[in-house]
Amino acid sequence: MKISAIPDREFLLPGNAACHGCGSSMCLRTVLKALGKNTVLVVPASCTSVYQGMFPGSAIDVPVFNTVFAASASTASGIAASLERKGIDATVVVWAGDGGTYDIGLQALSAAAERNKDMIYICYNNEMYSNTGVQKSGATPYGAWTTTTWSGKKEHRKDVAELMVAQDVAYVATASAGYLTDLYRKVRKARKKEGFRYIEILTPCPPGWKYPMDRTVEMGRLVVETGMWILYEYENGEIRLTGMSRAIAGGRRKLRDVEEYLLPQGRFAHLSREDIDVIRSYVEKRWEKLVKLAGGVHAAPAEFYV
Amino acid sequence: MKAMITGNQAAAMAARDARVDVVAAYPITPSTPVVEEIARMVETGEMDAKLILVESEHSAMAACIGASASGSRTFTATSSHGLAYMHELLHYAVNARTPVVMAVANRAIGPGWNIWADLSDAMSQRDTGWIQLYCSSNQEIYDTILMAYRVAENRGVMLPAMVCYDGFVLSHTAMPVETGVEGFLDGYESPWNLNFDEPETFGNILPPDYYMELRKDIVESHRRAVKIMREVEEEFEELTGRRTPLLVEEYRTDGASTVLVTLGAIASEAKIVVDEMRRNGERAGLLRIKSFRPFPYDEVTRALEGAERVVVIDRSVSPGAEGQLFSEVKSALYSSKSHPDVLGRVAGLGGRDVTSKAIERAVRLGGREEWIMEVIS
Repeated sequence: MKISAIPDREFLLPGNAACHGCGSSMCLRTVLKALGKNTVLVVPASCTSVYQGMFPGSAIDVPVFNTVFAASASTASGIAASLERKGIDATVVVWAGDGGTYDIGLQALSAAAERNKDMIYICYNNEMYSNTGVQKSGATPYGAWTTTTWSGKKEHRKDVAELMVAQDVAYVATASAGYLTDLYRKVRKARKKEGFRYIEILTPCPPGWKYPMDRTVEMGRLVVETGMWILYEYENGEIRLTGMSRAIAGGRRKLRDVEEYLLPQGRFAHLSREDIDVIRSYVEKRWEKLVKLAGGVHAAPAEFYV
Repeated sequence: MKAMITGNQAAAMAARDARVDVVAAYPITPSTPVVEEIARMVETGEMDAKLILVESEHSAMAACIGASASGSRTFTATSSHGLAYMHELLHYAVNARTPVVMAVANRAIGPGWNIWADLSDAMSQRDTGWIQLYCSSNQEIYDTILMAYRVAENRGVMLPAMVCYDGFVLSHTAMPVETGVEGFLDGYESPWNLNFDEPETFGNILPPDYYMELRKDIVESHRRAVKIMREVEEEFEELTGRRTPLLVEEYRTDGASTVLVTLGAIASEAKIVVDEMRRNGERAGLLRIKSFRPFPYDEVTRALEGAERVVVIDRSVSPGAEGQLFSEVKSALYSSKSHPDVLGRVAGLGGRDVTSKAIERAVRLGGREEWIMEVIS
């Protein structure tokens, strides 16, 4: 897809209160372009509840309903039922961070998925509670420093996209702030489907990850190119790798070493050799699993390390 | 139509007759049959509404708020731990100005697990800003839910309302109830509607320049609600011929020197005691508080000013303080000229039966604060 195919109309207005280099706001801008104006955005407590701006203003040019941390999927269920009842044609979209998705909001998310409510749930995953000042979330990767894991997180992250695959919802996709046309295409695709749809976007966060703010796109690419984040889609019972991840698995691109992704980030500065090996083997395991789920046609990823 | 139905059935039928658009609910004893009955009616086409069977009460209230904020009339029901689990969203519904109406079958909070009547659940939500109406019969549950929508949705009010009734005592007891009220409620026209051409954001950051105004307006809305309730009572009576109080009910208070004050189902039993006392030549009366929030200060002061003794019976208690109704009644009487003696009694916790004998004891006891510990079996 060409970038020129993305509409010019802005729904996330300039001058909003996002941090410089914010991966989330970059992706929200793209997501809203893909969704168009008949969209209701449901936003729980998160960075977005701040950077949309203060009453009486708003930097988001579609109706936004701000809700409590744990209840985005259930609030959206109520809105979806209400719109259906009133015959209003609009897309109900949750835009929640990883804290509101992986942790406190998981119960409501899983239940809305089970009910197959007609909505798109998008998790923008910056791997921590960025809005409250960089604390550990269920999406924080092994080894990462946060203000509640000072010596590095001791556990691996969980994977909500895979939980959604297990719940067999209408559509699941992963995306990254490094590949906005891929994100645009996935949101367009999700919009055309019915029932419950889940998209998770990895959105690098300069202050939380401790890298210079002009390197967000680079981080969003490195995370995919090193296999730390895998791009895929799930629909009709099948997983399909997409974009760069597909190219790597198909042997057209080399998988880069995780160190290239870890070293530029202050949150990984304290890692030992052993820690990096733990991450490396985690990546290998994830690749094997995903490639197998995607049909097992691709060669084992370890071969592609340069 | 008149039928023998339980309090829960009355609540479900009221939701049907209020023509609610969206119901989101999670079952909890003793309010569960409300949800079951609504599910049956929706599935058989007796009731035209969207029913969302959510995974928790927290989500039930969130879904109701979402539906209400996008223009639908909404309803839910809960009890006890369910109400406690909703706490965060109860505040949210008030500040979001979403006129959700909720049936609350009052029940004790554990541990130990106790499923019986006790008003602690709703009293704990006293300061959330919800309108709180306490019913003393099944007919009243039905009527009050219909009237609650009229009050809650009034543009001068725009507040959520809970219609409370004692668990099992009313929720599971069948009484003759007249249902099928028509023409009292129009379809809901919400001030909150989604506009995609001029979109608005709902509930974003409200800085100190505005937040206090929001809270003040909520306090003033409660005051306005008192007046609206008086009007709604009248209108309901004109249409149905039934006088169902929304603020207070006075029973034989004329010239009474001893006035019992209570709310909920205990008030029905208290009438028997008042009649008995009157037969014995004692000047007794009853003031039943129907609306605990907004608290009807004027009505209460007026009704109690001539009394010498006021005996307040609470089915809940605030540890570290006293019965909540007791506190409120004393506070209402502070500026009265006659200064009657106000006595507090705690009775009926965790479903302990409040018999006419227990109420009589509550009146006879001399202490300022007493617990009526009648043992049932």
